[in-house]
Amino acid sequence: MLIERRWKKWVFFYIPLTVFVIGTLFPFYWMFVTAVRPDSELYRSWRAVNNAPFWTLHPTLEHFQDLMAKTTFPVWLWNTFFIAIVSTIISLFCGLLAGYALARLKFPMAGTLGTSIFVTYLVPPTLLFIPLADIIRNFQLGNTPWALILTYPTFLVPFCTWLLMGYFKTIPKELEECARIDGATRFGAMVRIIFPIAVPGILSAGIFAFTLSWNEFIYALIFLSSPERKTVPVGVVSELIRGDIYFWGQLMAGALLGSIPVALVYSFFVEYYVTGLTGSVKG
Amino acid sequence: MAQVLMKDLNKKYDEVHAVKDVNLHIRDKEFVVLVGPSGCGKSTTLRMVAGLEEITAGEISIGDRVVNDLPPKDRDIAMVFQNYALYPHMTVYDNMAFGLKMRKFPKAEIQKRVQDAAEILGIQELLKRKPRQLSGGQRQRVAVGRAIVRHPQVFLFDEPLSNLDAKLRVQMRVELKRLHDRLETTAIYVTHDQVEAMTLGDRVVVMKDGWVQQVGEPLELYGHPANRFVAGFIGSPAMNFIEVGIKDGGALWADTAGFRVKVPANRFDRLKSYVGQPVTVGIRPEDLHLATGGDAADATFDAVVEVVEPLGSEILLDVKVGASSMVARVDPTVRVKVHEPIRLALNAERLHFFDKKSEVAI
Repeated sequence: MLIERRWKKWVFFYIPLTVFVIGTLFPFYWMFVTAVRPDSELYRSWRAVNNAPFWTLHPTLEHFQDLMAKTTFPVWLWNTFFIAIVSTIISLFCGLLAGYALARLKFPMAGTLGTSIFVTYLVPPTLLFIPLADIIRNFQLGNTPWALILTYPTFLVPFCTWLLMGYFKTIPKELEECARIDGATRFGAMVRIIFPIAVPGILSAGIFAFTLSWNEFIYALIFLSSPERKTVPVGVVSELIRGDIYFWGQLMAGALLGSIPVALVYSFFVEYYVTGLTGSVKG
Repeated sequence: MAQVLMKDLNKKYDEVHAVKDVNLHIRDKEFVVLVGPSGCGKSTTLRMVAGLEEITAGEISIGDRVVNDLPPKDRDIAMVFQNYALYPHMTVYDNMAFGLKMRKFPKAEIQKRVQDAAEILGIQELLKRKPRQLSGGQRQRVAVGRAIVRHPQVFLFDEPLSNLDAKLRVQMRVELKRLHDRLETTAIYVTHDQVEAMTLGDRVVVMKDGWVQQVGEPLELYGHPANRFVAGFIGSPAMNFIEVGIKDGGALWADTAGFRVKVPANRFDRLKSYVGQPVTVGIRPEDLHLATGGDAADATFDAVVEVVEPLGSEILLDVKVGASSMVARVDPTVRVKVHEPIRLALNAERLHFFDKKSEVAI
């Protein structure tokens, strides 16, 4: 009986989990190994003697040095960071107010408005970039950070609004009713009572928005052209693949460095993030 | 210190007419309970007084101010909610101080008032805790404390005891009553529990489907219900109802299969016009007892015991009378068995008669 249970646990839990973990983490491992592998190992034949594709015996940091010295990677990093932060702040602000209004205020067409905000989130960026490119050109924002800061909210605001609306709905409305009786205005109750309680939700929306803009590719590819204006995802791909030559070492070093901030953000706020997605006040 | 006046108060949602022409005069220092089944409009009425629901038509005044267009914060009221609505991110002290801080009271005054309230409610040692570290009863006390530190003109209670277990509810009920005697502040209290309504209220307002059914002191409602709904709603176990015809045979008789009792002479005048018509007779369970030799034959009838519920201080007998069921509250010394035929006597002076159609008391 006990043995049977252990056997079942292996089949239904440990083995699938192991497969999943390997499947998820292997690309990162590959990225890391490639980034520290010397060029001599990277560009030799797979059939060569002593070829070890899954590890290296001569780790090197030269690709990182090249990346920093020979490309404008630090500038890309800063560009990405700046654009992601500002567009996240804008989207969070709009999402907070819109989410609160849709969750709490009674006004005509509230339901329709909520749905249409959600629908705009579903419009694929691969379609939306065409009209947006026209607008960007008319406002002469092309090749500036503002081209992205102002277009990212087209998908971030709906996202934040919906996430926060859902979160606000889990907060009992008696809390702010009580605050309003206690002497707060509607706005005061929102700021002093609801927002502090909604911190996990706000953080998750912020993390998500930050990640989405950090990783965004298509708008960044289209609206930015000069190398020193680019973001990490676009810069790495467009500057480190020349024709049919792939600078694998630097590519992977860039990808690795580019994913570290996101990983840090997630690991710091993971607890908030989970409560943010599952609800708020209990009892 | 204020009276609350509701004039032709109405509330309509899109489809639903939740509150209909409510007129109430709640006197200064009075404890008034709104009671009724769920969906009767009692909570909506309270929320209109609080300013949390807009008034569709009519007028509410608190003290001598019409408050229809005042936001909740300017009405000088305090409210206790069913789910306590404690701010989860603040300590008990901050919860209680919040209303005073919003009104820019000096710090020393806030401190004093919170301490006083905490003392009254016996929660001094909880002031530094967060709401999630409190039990249900403690949360309830904090919620009440948050209301009383403000010294408002009117207290509003929206089913404040519903989330407590039965024992604690009885205890808090007594405490609320004591608190009201001490603070002498006008209070409006909403509940669906008629026992709470009867025990707490100086006056009780019974509502159903948005209409006020009857307003009166607890014993007045119990002894003289205005209609069949109030009669059935107030009192536990509920009043027994039996459909009878009124027959004139020298005296008036309430008569149906298996049940024939003489109507007391002082009711003749009112019931005369109902001769030959069906009416509903209401009998409180405690107005029934096992017939003895001393009971007049014209106030007794046969019944068959269906269920015996011994409660210790009394026994409840569920009996079948003709085609109807009744509950009798009898002496705990009575020994009867299920399916046993018995003879019940009633206190004819305390019979209630209701018009079958309009359900109004006759």
